[in-house]
Amino acid sequence: MPPVTRWYIRTSLVFLVLSLALGALLAARTPLNLPAATGVLTPIYFHLLFVGFVAQLIFGVVFWLFPKHTKENPRGSERLAWIAYWLLNAGLVLRLIAEPANDVSRRPFWGWLLVVSAAAQLAAGILFAANTWPRVKER
Amino acid sequence: MPRLSVVFIRTSLLHLVLGFTLGALILVQKGVGVFPSAWRLLPAHIEVLFFGWTVQLIMGTAYWILPRFPTHPVRGNEAPVRLAYTLLNAGVLAAALGPFLTPSPWTLLAGRLAEVLAIIAFVSNAWPRVKPFGR
Repeated sequence: MPPVTRWYIRTSLVFLVLSLALGALLAARTPLNLPAATGVLTPIYFHLLFVGFVAQLIFGVVFWLFPKHTKENPRGSERLAWIAYWLLNAGLVLRLIAEPANDVSRRPFWGWLLVVSAAAQLAAGILFAANTWPRVKER
Repeated sequence: MPRLSVVFIRTSLLHLVLGFTLGALILVQKGVGVFPSAWRLLPAHIEVLFFGWTVQLIMGTAYWILPRFPTHPVRGNEAPVRLAYTLLNAGVLAAALGPFLTPSPWTLLAGRLAEVLAIIAFVSNAWPRVKPFGR
C-alpha cells in the first residue's frame, strides 16, 4: 500500500470517529437540553461523514488498487494524489472551524474562509478525477 | 477492467466533479452570499454525489471485481448491467434537474423509480456472482 493511501485511509478513519461522535452530540441535544445553536453542526456532521470518511476512503483505495497507468508510472502522479489529500483535508478542517463561526458571528472573515474551504475541496475532487481518469481503462 | 466498468467509473468521476462544484457554490453562498439561488442546488448536490458518484462507482467496481464464472460470459449477462447504467443516470438526471425544469413533483418520482429499477437490474447480475472464487 503506497504511503499516500495509508494517509488517506487513516485520516478517513479519524473522520469516521469524529463524525459519529458529532452525530451522538447532535442526538443528545433534546435529551440533554443542549443549546439550540449546536444545530449549526448538522451540515458539518454530514460532510465529515461523507467527504472526510467515505470520499477520502475511496480516494485512497482507488489510488492503491485501480489498474496501473504505465509500467514506469503505475499509479499516475503521486504528487497530484498528495496535493489532493492536503487540499481535501485543509478544506474540511477550514469548514469545521469556519461554518459554525460564520453562523454564530457573521463576521466577513469566516465567510471568506468558507470560500477558501469550498475552493480547496473542489480542487481536490478535480485533481483526484484527473489523476484517476487515465487509469480507468480496458485491459 | 471490462468496458462497462470503464463507462460506469468514468461517469461516476464526472458526477464527482459536478457534485463537488454544486457543493462549492452552496458553500460560497453560505460564506459571502453572492449566489442567492444556490440553495436550490442542494437536492441536486445530494443526488449527484450519492447516486451519481458513490453508488455508480460501487456498481462499476463490483461488476469488474466480483468473482467471475468459469464459462462465458464470465461476468454474467451484460444486458441488465447496461440497462442499470442507463436507468441510473437517467434517474439521477431526472431527480436532480427535474425541480429546475418543471414544478411537477412527477420528475422526482420518475427519477427515483428509475434508480430503483437500475439497482434491481444491477443486482440481478451481481447476486449470482457473490460466491466463492472458482465455482
